[in-house]
Amino acid sequence: MTDLPRILYCHCAYAQVVPKEVKQEVLARLTSAGVAFEAVPDLCELSARGDGRMQQLVEGGQLRIAACYPRAVKWLFEAAGAPLPESGVEIRNMRVEPAAEIAAALLRPASVPAASTASRSDAAETLTPHPSPLAPPQ
Amino acid sequence: MITFAKNSLHVIVYEGEGSRPLDDRARCELVQALLEKDCSITSVRQRGPAQNGSRHEFSNTGMQTGVTLVLGRFESEQPEQAEDAKSGNQIRFLGIEGLATAEAVEQVESLRRQLCGEPARFWKPWFPVIDFNRCTNCMQCLSFCLFDVYGVSGDGKIKVQNQSNCKTDCPACSRVCPEVAILFPKYKAGPINGDVVDSEDVRREGMKVDISALLGGDIYSALRDRSARAKSRFSKERDEDRALKERLRCLAKLQQQMDVPPEVLASLPSLDEIRRRSEEAKARAQAALDAASRTAAESATKPDASVPSSLAPRPSPLAPQ
Ligand code: SF4
Ligand code: SF4
Repeated sequence: MTDLPRILYCHCAYAQVVPKEVKQEVLARLTSAGVAFEAVPDLCELSARGDGRMQQLVEGGQLRIAACYPRAVKWLFEAAGAPLPESGVEIRNMRVEPAAEIAAALLRPASVPAASTASRSDAAETLTPHPSPLAPPQ
Repeated sequence: MITFAKNSLHVIVYEGEGSRPLDDRARCELVQALLEKDCSITSVRQRGPAQNGSRHEFSNTGMQTGVTLVLGRFESEQPEQAEDAKSGNQIRFLGIEGLATAEAVEQVESLRRQLCGEPARFWKPWFPVIDFNRCTNCMQCLSFCLFDVYGVSGDGKIKVQNQSNCKTDCPACSRVCPEVAILFPKYKAGPINGDVVDSEDVRREGMKVDISALLGGDIYSALRDRSARAKSRFSKERDEDRALKERLRCLAKLQQQMDVPPEVLASLPSLDEIRRRSEEAKARAQAALDAASRTAAESATKPDASVPSSLAPRPSPLAPQ
C-alpha cells in the first residue's frame, strides 16, 4: 500500500445528508486498513472559514476524497481559495455510493485505475456535465 | 454573525516509530469521537504517504495550521510542548496509554480550551456555493438576496461574501439562479446539492425565474406579505385582498417550490425594511453589471482584448428598469 495517494475523509457534521451507516463504515474500513489519512469534521465549515488546511490539502499531490457530490466538493475548495488541481483528484460520494465501494476505491494502489461507475449518474467521474478535470483516470 | 475560532485544533493520532499502535476498534472510536468534537485529524501509521518516521517531522503530515496536538501511546517520555521548525506552529503531546476513548477525548477537550479558547458557537454551515462553470455573472442572486450574502469581487465577479448571513435551510436564491449555478451542499435534493444538472433542471429553474419576474421580482416582500396576511385571520376582506388572492395562491405554490422554511418567513424584516434592502441589493447588482459593461466596452476598443464571457453583462429580469 505504499503507493497510495493521500486520503481525505469528510465526516459531514451538522447535517444528516450523508447516511450515518455509510460514514461509519467508510471510517471503520479506513482506520483498520493500516494507512495514513486525513479526516475533517465538515468540509463545508472549513470552506466557509477559508481554513488554510484546504490549501495544504490541494498542495500535497494526488488526493482521494470521501465526501459528497463531486461538483459540491470542487466548488467548496474553490470558494475557500484552494482550487483542486486539474488532475490527480478523485472524489467519492458518500451520499449515494455504497461504503464498501468507496473504501475499496480509496484504498486501491495508485497504479490501479478507478473501477468504472459509468452506469450511475451521480458517480465520481460525473463531476459536471462539462468535461470534468476531476474525473478519475479511466 | 457567526465568528469562528481562529485556532482550531488539529490532532495527529500518531502510531509511527516510537509509539505502540492502537487496536483497530480503539482507533476508529477515537477518530470518530474527535471528529464529533470538531477536531480535524491526521492519522499517522507505519506506512502510507503521510507516515513519518520521527516525531520531529510532523510538519509533513499534511494539515497543520493553528495548534497541533499529537496523541499516541508513546514508548518514551515526550516533551509537553514543541514548536514546528518550519511553520512556527505550536505542537503539544498527549500520551494516551491506558486511557479509554472517552478519557482521551476529555483530555483533548480540556487542552483545547486551554490552547484555543472555547469552541466557536454552533453554526450549521449552510451557505450558497457558486459553480463558476455554470455561472454567467447575471447578478440575479445579488439582486434577490436581502441579507448581504452576495457581493462582487474586485474583478467584477459575483461572490459569496457573508456565508453566515445565509438563512439556515433556505435554498431560495438557488431557485432564482437561471443557470442552476448555486449549490447548497447540505440540501436534500439535486441538483442544488451538487448532483449533476440536466437539461430538465435548467428548464425548470428557468420557469421559476419567470414566476419571480411576474411577481415583480420581489419574492421576499411577497412572501412576507403572505405571512402577515395569514396572521390577520379576522381582518375584513378588502378589495385589494381579493385582488391579491390569485397572486397569493401562486405564492403559496412558489414558497413550496422554493422550499423556504417557515422560520425564515417569520424572521423576515418589515415590509419597509424589505423594500429598502431590496432596492439596495438591486442597486449593487446594477452597479456591478454597469461596471462589467464598461470593462467590456473598453476592452472592445483595444485591438487585442478579450473579455471573459463570464463578465459580459446579461439582461437581468430583476434589475431595476
Ligand atoms: S463537503 Fe459534503 S460531505 Fe462534507 S460536510 Fe459538506 S456536504 Fe457534508
Ligand atoms: S444568479 Fe447569475 S450571478 Fe448568481 S450564481 Fe446564478 S448565474 Fe451566477
